[in-house]
Amino acid sequence: MDPQIIIARRVAKELRSGNLVNLGIGIPTLVANYVPSDLKVFFQSENGLIGTGPIPEQGMAHPTLTDAGGRPISALPGASTFDSAMSFGLIRGGHVDVTVLGGLQVDAHGHLANWMIPGKMVPGMGGAMDLVTGAKRVIVAMQHAAKGKSKIVAKCSLPLTSARPVDLVVTDMAVIGFPAGKATLLETAPGMSVGEVLALTEAELAIPDNVPEMRI
Amino acid sequence: MKAVSVEEAVAMIPAGASVMVGGFMGVGTPERLLDEVVRQRKTGLTLISNDAATPGKGVGKLFDQALVAKLTATHIGLNPKAQQQMLANQITVDLVPQGTFVERIRAGGCGLGGVLTPTGVGTLVAEGKRQIEVDGKPFLLETALRAQFALVHAFLADYLGNLAYALTSRNFNPVMAMAADTVIVTAEHIVPVGVIAPDHVVTPAPLVDYLITNG
Repeated sequence: MDPQIIIARRVAKELRSGNLVNLGIGIPTLVANYVPSDLKVFFQSENGLIGTGPIPEQGMAHPTLTDAGGRPISALPGASTFDSAMSFGLIRGGHVDVTVLGGLQVDAHGHLANWMIPGKMVPGMGGAMDLVTGAKRVIVAMQHAAKGKSKIVAKCSLPLTSARPVDLVVTDMAVIGFPAGKATLLETAPGMSVGEVLALTEAELAIPDNVPEMRI
Repeated sequence: MKAVSVEEAVAMIPAGASVMVGGFMGVGTPERLLDEVVRQRKTGLTLISNDAATPGKGVGKLFDQALVAKLTATHIGLNPKAQQQMLANQITVDLVPQGTFVERIRAGGCGLGGVLTPTGVGTLVAEGKRQIEVDGKPFLLETALRAQFALVHAFLADYLGNLAYALTSRNFNPVMAMAADTVIVTAEHIVPVGVIAPDHVVTPAPLVDYLITNG
């Protein structure tokens, strides 16, 4: 299975009926495709919409109904729209139950870096800092390693997105949580051994007696 | 409110002015006003806008013509021209978290000196800012943001200047309409007074200084 789909399917299992959820761009956006239809989840787009629906069919796009990347989307029955002050009031005010974001690095304490590479890539933080600071639960969805180099590091070398640690990291190799502030291997991806995960993880991971395989 | 042509409205903006522009990735942006700013070549602008949009779209047009000297925004990653101008030090860029950006503008429009936000504590964003504890929790003091001009795009404007917005094109427009000395508005449709019901007016008419006429 495609690594991105493994990640998206596993993250989708974290969502509960009634949750207000904000998905970042990239792998997080794919999560919406794997939410069971009987689960009533509200997706927020931070440009001012709760109740985002699928990409509209060819020729049905509307110029004033877009996602945070400016691309056409649709709105589901029961959707609501609002201005940016309200949108970020929802985010910072703890009204968003779950945010799923991409990452460049997550360290042993759960700190996330995902908004700049000094001297190379300075796009701006957009809504990421508010989301990590304010959402009730922060899930990072990213590849475990980039070019053979672990993205789960001992300490972030890139500028942090927030001082608030994330709650869960889901990669194509593992699920990692931070009980008592310490990075802990909670699950391994299908067909992946604990040893294989550790070999590609820079941060020290606590290993519980039983590490089940990811169910996707 | 005064109804004016787009040429008259933009003629009021001097070179080097500070200008807030509504829109999110070019959605909900007053394109006709920006086209005229380009035509009249208003240089050295201080631009306050969520993003830099993309080349040829929304505020992206201002970067295409190198009209911006200073930018306050939350994200410019989708406009390579704005990125190039920043890396070549042709423009000064202040990147601000999006929730902080909108609250600073809201504060500017509501008579507040600033806001206290937890966003950015312990990050690069905190550098040079006052940190204030409230009930044991750390917050950054983020100061109010205003501009000489706000360029706003609405879905409906009535003959008095009451405004209503459509779907995700609302974004920063109503907040910016509070935070500038002069507010200039374009609308998709200009409608008789009464078409927008009182409960559906988002920006009340007294906030609007100039409405751009059709044609």
